[in-house]
Amino acid sequence: MIPELGHFCLILALCVVAVQGTLPLIGAQRGRSEWIALARPATQAAFLLMLTSFACLTWSFYVSDFSVAYVAGHSNAQLPTLFRVAAVWGGHEGSLLLWVLMLAGWAFAVAQLSRTLDAAMVARVLGVLGLVAVGLLLFVLLTSNPFERLLPAAEDGRDLNPLLQDPGLVFHPPMLYMGYVGFSVAFAFAIAALLSGKLDAAWARWSRPWTMTAWVFLTLGIALGSWWAYYELGWGGWWFWDPVENASFLPWLVGTALIHSLAVTEKRGSFKNWTVLLAIGAFSLSLLGTFLVRSGVLTSVHAFATDPRRGIFILILLALVIGSSLMLFAWRAPKVALGGAFALMSRETLLLIGNVLLVVAAGSVLLGTLYPLIIDALNLGKLSVGPPYFNAVFVPIMAPVVFLMAIGPVARWKHAAGKDIGKRLWIAAILALVAAAAIPLLMGGWTLLTGLGALLAVWVATSVVSQTVLRLKAGMPPPSFWAMQLGHLGVAVFVVGITLVGGYQDERDVRMEPGDTTVVGGYTFRFNGVKNVPGPNYKAAQGEFDLLVDGTLLKKLYPQKRSYFSSTMPMTEAAIDAGFTRDVYVSLGEALEGNAWSVRVYYKPFVNWIWGGCLLMALGGLFAVADRRYRLKFKSTTVAASLEGVPS
Amino acid sequence: MKKFYVPLALFVVLVGFLAVGLNRDPRAVPSPLVGKPAPAFKVAQLAEPGKTFAPADMLGKVWVLNVWASWCVSCRQEHPLLVEFARAQVAPLIGLDYKDTREDGLRLLRMSGNPYDFSAFDGDGRVGIDYGVYGVPETYIIDKAGTIRHKHTGPITSEVLEKTILPLIDELKKS
Amino acid sequence: MKRLFLSMLLLLACAAAGAKDAAPLAEDPAVEKRLIVISEEMRCLVCQNESLAGSRADLALDLRRELRTLIKEGKSDAQIKEFMVSRYGDFVLYRPPVKPTTWLLWLGPFALMIAGVAALVAYLRRRAREVKDTPLSAEENQRAEALLKEVDQ
Repeated sequence: MIPELGHFCLILALCVVAVQGTLPLIGAQRGRSEWIALARPATQAAFLLMLTSFACLTWSFYVSDFSVAYVAGHSNAQLPTLFRVAAVWGGHEGSLLLWVLMLAGWAFAVAQLSRTLDAAMVARVLGVLGLVAVGLLLFVLLTSNPFERLLPAAEDGRDLNPLLQDPGLVFHPPMLYMGYVGFSVAFAFAIAALLSGKLDAAWARWSRPWTMTAWVFLTLGIALGSWWAYYELGWGGWWFWDPVENASFLPWLVGTALIHSLAVTEKRGSFKNWTVLLAIGAFSLSLLGTFLVRSGVLTSVHAFATDPRRGIFILILLALVIGSSLMLFAWRAPKVALGGAFALMSRETLLLIGNVLLVVAAGSVLLGTLYPLIIDALNLGKLSVGPPYFNAVFVPIMAPVVFLMAIGPVARWKHAAGKDIGKRLWIAAILALVAAAAIPLLMGGWTLLTGLGALLAVWVATSVVSQTVLRLKAGMPPPSFWAMQLGHLGVAVFVVGITLVGGYQDERDVRMEPGDTTVVGGYTFRFNGVKNVPGPNYKAAQGEFDLLVDGTLLKKLYPQKRSYFSSTMPMTEAAIDAGFTRDVYVSLGEALEGNAWSVRVYYKPFVNWIWGGCLLMALGGLFAVADRRYRLKFKSTTVAASLEGVPS
Repeated sequence: MKKFYVPLALFVVLVGFLAVGLNRDPRAVPSPLVGKPAPAFKVAQLAEPGKTFAPADMLGKVWVLNVWASWCVSCRQEHPLLVEFARAQVAPLIGLDYKDTREDGLRLLRMSGNPYDFSAFDGDGRVGIDYGVYGVPETYIIDKAGTIRHKHTGPITSEVLEKTILPLIDELKKS
Repeated sequence: MKRLFLSMLLLLACAAAGAKDAAPLAEDPAVEKRLIVISEEMRCLVCQNESLAGSRADLALDLRRELRTLIKEGKSDAQIKEFMVSRYGDFVLYRPPVKPTTWLLWLGPFALMIAGVAALVAYLRRRAREVKDTPLSAEENQRAEALLKEVDQ
């Protein structure tokens, strides 16, 4: 019954969003207020229906209803409750349902929080969101229905992939999708602006908090994924330039360019076409990512089980949505007025350079990700493009962006004097140069990369600190100031993390018998043997290690080697002692002759600064959204009316 | 203004590639050995360890090398087709028992039938590496001059047999 | 995997019953280091999403064993790469080789960067010519001030 209810709600939702995506748009174009007024209630209804549908699927997982094919394929009676619920989005159909739910949720939020916005504009925004939802719901209902029945019902499910049985699954996909899908709002605002011809500073102001929020979620989602891979996979890597990772990173890069471009459009009325293009681009990359993950065109450890029919459907959806948006852009863009003037040396220019570089970086990642496919399609053979390529290309492009981060905030709008900037940044320059020499040497050896990393990080961090100190003298600055500083400081912290881990991490691959010790990074590991422990749906060999430093016992670590009942591949659960300045971790390899085991121990200096930096960036984003300009009591109607006469 | 159409144009090109890409298998690895001489090796035979086998022994004949193993599940899928192929006496079918133990290999042949003229034994997988084996079963068609003319990874299907393998063997035999 | 370690055990000195500093799994840490650097840039063909260095697949173990032998024989990095490519094709390399089919890949990003910056400079120059700021009149200035005050409340 419940699965059928869920299915029925999806069909109803499709009907509702079909209305949401057509009548309000036509209404806004023709000035028919009754049709415009349909937008909000349709969006609300669609969200409630999607929520119900999702709840039905969740219920099916919760009670382990194995007569639903999707549940049988991804769950198991012995699966702990937490994972049973998270398993809803552990496979293609369920995660797609989550995607559509998020889309409906964002639209709902826009409907609820935009009472003060111009009704026709809101109608257009919700209408565009409705159209996208139509495409996706058709995709779900026609090719990926999560409520398909399995008759006769399976006795027990096939189980959730053991790699996914981790708290990471609870948070990473929802956060990621909130971000990914959230860019649809910026996209909808951009399309609405193109349709209405009202592409101005006010549009940028409305668009900004939505875009920022999506960006915050995406930042957190990607960081979570990276951290999860690090502690779960057992060998210390945190980014693999895997096609699916790139698929989430591309919208992030363009999204970052977008939030900076929106700032300029809002303040100075400039870059309007570029900002609109970026908004279309960010969501397009989200859709492209969805395609890449689910169509089977690229090999990836993240890819869902695929079906060529699905690939074709998403490709058509992609072509329609993005193609029509870009056509609309090409048609309307020439009519958009240019904004205010600015000198060659100004904050506008610096932001623009940063934007261009971010887009070039995104383009490069896209090129590398798709190149194997392009070469294969042209029958020129088969090749792989992996981390060596991406690292070689990405670092030189992004280094200047990080460099500019210290200068941009210090440059004035419209016209910045070089002398002025020099005065504010000379301390940062000196400290950066000192750090570039000293930090690598202190850590154990100088290389070009570690020197560069130290230079950039200290350069940006010092700039942030000196700006903050200076600004505080004039009283408490607004949230937008903190947003900027936290965001950039986050990048500096991130750079410290990747530089020091990349340059100075160490590991040992050893054979240990009970009583043996091994040393890495100044930490001693003593192996005390292995014993068997049972788990809810696995049995594990658990090792016990003493972690010592200078002879004193710091902690006991318990890595495990798990055999899940449902899988033949054993899984390693590393034991990590996390710290502010380093992680030390140990993972079990294989049992050897006697009671010896192969063991890997790692020393990872400053690795948590990688995710700490991302948290700071996200925090900065939250401050930006919290700025009082966007508070709900902002009387935009009165201001909008008064802005009518002001030349843009 | 024409420049505003650039994003659209780039996008159309991208969609073109993606559409073509949908029909390709990203996991398939074409072999660089096709068109090159079959790598030389000399290993003992499976059933008669006293005898050896080297590809040079087959010079002057068109022959098929099939890499298999007792632990390989997909090999069972193509087994009936190999039996048919052997019965039709189209070309010599030599097996290469890859990363197996003699007993397990011989037992499998006893239980499900032996389509091979004989099998060579590659216990440690060294020959497999030289032949770029990565996913058993794999089948090579080698011509009279000892050059690899075709490699098929994965179990042979009747379609592949009809459309590719048999016609190729025919053609090679005539030259 | 077990066979490999058993043979290594024969080579290592028999472990005494007492505790000691754990012996590295690898016979020769220097060779092992080089192996890791080389195999990290190669794809495991079985799993296809892991590097040859990290994969635990049988084929990966065999290939690492082969590479170890080649390293001990004193082969250069290029020769080792050639060994792998001649058997498995370019697909096995994570660092795509630089050849005519990959010029676009390797040069693309930098060409893009140069083109981007050039386009930017051209745009800025043109913009400086086209856009003329219209300063506000005194009355418009007052209106602007009033509006800003309202916003700040």
